Amino acid sequence: MGMELLDTVSREHLRTDVPKFDAGDTVKVMVRVREGDKERLQAYEGVVIARRGGGINETFTVRKISAGVGVERVFPLHSPMYASIDVVRRGRVRRAKLYYLRKLSGKKSRITEDREK
Amino acid sequence: MASGLIGRKLGMTRVFAEDGTAVPVTVIEAGPCHVLQVRDAAAQLGWGRKTPARATRAEVGHARAAGLDFAPQVVRSFPLNGADVTLGATVTVEIFAAGDLVKVTGTTKGRGFQGVVHRYGFHGGPATHGNTRHRKPGSISPGTDPSRVIKGKKMPGHMGAERHTELGLTVVKVDAARNLLFVRGAIPGSKNGIVTVAKQGGKSRHD
Repeated sequence: MGMELLDTVSREHLRTDVPKFDAGDTVKVMVRVREGDKERLQAYEGVVIARRGGGINETFTVRKISAGVGVERVFPLHSPMYASIDVVRRGRVRRAKLYYLRKLSGKKSRITEDREK
Repeated sequence: MASGLIGRKLGMTRVFAEDGTAVPVTVIEAGPCHVLQVRDAAAQLGWGRKTPARATRAEVGHARAAGLDFAPQVVRSFPLNGADVTLGATVTVEIFAAGDLVKVTGTTKGRGFQGVVHRYGFHGGPATHGNTRHRKPGSISPGTDPSRVIKGKKMPGHMGAERHTELGLTVVKVDAARNLLFVRGAIPGSKNGIVTVAKQGGKSRHD
């Protein structure tokens, strides 16, 4: 009884503007950056390697190679810290978590595009 | 109005602030409470409805004196602090506002019989190198003099299931339509546990 009410409460805080995407997809996250009292958007583009958690606690991890160094950022899916998510490319993968990408580089780290998705 | 409320802990979740900060909150279903009795320094509040068959005549009669036709499930007293409280009035979460400091009192989760490492944070002994004093307390007092153990010595025993007050919690949000109170941080007890929420001054524990 109490849990249902708690679920209803947290559901109201979910974002409704989140597009459908999954591990393997390449996304562009427009991150809100505060500089003093000004706010601007910074694009962060990379491959989604994981989605975990549920409800308001759901997060997704975006990996990209920046200046030859692998960078991963974890975003809470329902946080207002980003303005929008654009799905740039759909990828065909056979895993829910693409942690194996961390050990690969160059040609081996490519993901085939899924045109049907 | 009265300085506190009786409620039920629903559980924890998070809310996001404008800048994206995730704030951990406990949701409490608090009130509505009825004022059962007013004395010089305190008001007695009642919360919930007791099944009529389970309520004693004394409880029903006490509630009737405040104009209620049912006995409340939980009865607690709160200091008046000079506030004007009328008998039989209804108190809701609207006595709180976002930003208020509150203290939450409840019964902590029972842990059963626990050793000193879990109960008091003793360090225990090494796991290896021939050691056999793994989680034991070690020496509990000097020897021949004083030939006794000092009172209050920390020893294994029952842990939890005791009254505890968490001080300096901030009210993040008040949902008057559903009698919900969002309080920053953790509060004592399990889900569905009965808690009391009272206003307080002083400093927030999260600053």
